[in-house]
Amino acid sequence: MAFFRADELVKYFGGLAAVNGVSFQVEKGEILGLIGPNGSGKTTTFNMISGYHRPTSGRVIFKGQEIHRMPTHKICRLGIGRTFQVVKPLGRMSVLDNVIAAAYSRVNSHAEAQDLALETIRFCGMTPVKDQLAKSLPIAGRKRLEIARAMATKPELLLLDETAAGLNPTELTEAIDLIKKIRDNGTTIVIIEHIMHVIMTISDRIHAINFGQTIAEGTPQEVAQNKAVIEAYLGTEYA
Amino acid sequence: MKKNLVPLVLLAVLAAFPLVVADNYYRHLMILFLMWVVIGSAWNLIAGYTGQVSFGDAAFFGSGAYAAGLLSHHLQISAWWGLALGGFVAVAVGLPFGWICFRMRGAYFALATLALNEVMRHSAAIAEGFTGGMVGILIMPTFVSKVPYYYVALGLAVASMASIRWIVHAKPGYYFVSIREDQDAAESLGINTHFYKMLSLAIAAFWTGVAGSLYMNYMGFIDPDVVFSLHDISIMAILVGIVGGVGTVYGPMVGAFVMVTVQELFRSGFFGLFAFLGRATGSPTVEAVAKTITGAHVLGFGILVVVVILVLPNGIVGDWPKIRNAFFRNKTAA
Repeated sequence: MAFFRADELVKYFGGLAAVNGVSFQVEKGEILGLIGPNGSGKTTTFNMISGYHRPTSGRVIFKGQEIHRMPTHKICRLGIGRTFQVVKPLGRMSVLDNVIAAAYSRVNSHAEAQDLALETIRFCGMTPVKDQLAKSLPIAGRKRLEIARAMATKPELLLLDETAAGLNPTELTEAIDLIKKIRDNGTTIVIIEHIMHVIMTISDRIHAINFGQTIAEGTPQEVAQNKAVIEAYLGTEYA
Repeated sequence: MKKNLVPLVLLAVLAAFPLVVADNYYRHLMILFLMWVVIGSAWNLIAGYTGQVSFGDAAFFGSGAYAAGLLSHHLQISAWWGLALGGFVAVAVGLPFGWICFRMRGAYFALATLALNEVMRHSAAIAEGFTGGMVGILIMPTFVSKVPYYYVALGLAVASMASIRWIVHAKPGYYFVSIREDQDAAESLGINTHFYKMLSLAIAAFWTGVAGSLYMNYMGFIDPDVVFSLHDISIMAILVGIVGGVGTVYGPMVGAFVMVTVQELFRSGFFGLFAFLGRATGSPTVEAVAKTITGAHVLGFGILVVVVILVLPNGIVGDWPKIRNAFFRNKTAA
């Protein structure tokens, strides 16, 4: 039994098939990269996994349980955390309070929630900014806060949606280090990323989609040399 | 200890007030003030903390008032029992409403609360056999003195503020604010946003209903236009919240004080100032102003809100550091 399985996922918005039959498996402890050009259906796939969209058809199975009809908050409590590509900081709350709100999904008392939040903030290297308002953070801080918040819900599977976009080279290195650290801590990761340096460095396997359909899957090297992938990104004359 | 010093001193002053001030006029104003602390705190919980702006608090206020009134009217049971019952009746009105209408967000939810307000008002007017319709309900007040009402109102104000203060510093409070800041993000953090919005609404409706029952007991008369009033209850509740500062524990208290004062200033024609000026100057213009000013409190509210939103968008409590800097600049520097 696979740790996580997306099975023939289809999502129509009106007459448009945003995702049209995507299937993949994730094994415990690995990092799966999800790539594809803009509009290929990556974020829609994430939204179906985390319960924001109900799939038109197909199934999502996590630890042997069908989750595609569950509400988002239940999926979170089952152990799937996610970050948002368009960051959603709880603006008028401090960084610490953002993470405490997330920590309350696992503990009930304020003291426990605060301990878990402080520990998560330290793990994510945000201790110096923990008392700042979330809306005052620069983009790198907001992306990191997304990760810290998701981590405070103690996910077994973490969905990262372009957490490296918009970062400068130093911040990128830090982000890669953090993601590796999360994996080494035993959290399984599915990551959407456009920055090839990031996705090639950290993924164990890569799943490429275009126009809502799978075009390739394999190790980073295999996918990088795949004709369909090069075609999707650069056009037919380069393939 | 120091943190609790200001509230404790304030509580002592409020407790001593009716012993020191014997004038029933001021006692009456203070009872209204305390009642508005309850309503304002409740509104602040659902709108200020949870971000679900309610334009229809009168629906809950009126439900509480009618619960107490009808209890006495039909069953000859003391309307004081309505104090507890009124809160639960308001919750019973609020929960089905919330269950349906919390599917809507932002302005759409606010409009639905406005509709609830009007539905309740018309229902109370139409169901003549049960509610007495536009004739209203008259009950005999239990006490002649205002002092017992004052202490009941004080007790309710303290209890509502204490309960809300406790809630907002615990898990539900974090969840309420998370929902206000971003509902989708809140869901992703394992927050059952629908449930917590309902919880927030239930608590707010409860306290607003209790305040309504207090009103019935104290005033002795209600009719649909009084207790389901859009501008005298629902809008007033919003103003109390905004003027004091949304999302602050003590904001509604400050807001209630300011708003009851402003309301009374207009109602009494600035404590007879305009009437006096009219007589003194003999000018027909001033006399005309004196006559109309008592009805102009809604206009006054409107101007006040515009000024507050422009100058103090976070309310008096929320923008307190700004006010302190503007007026006591030297003290802060020293």
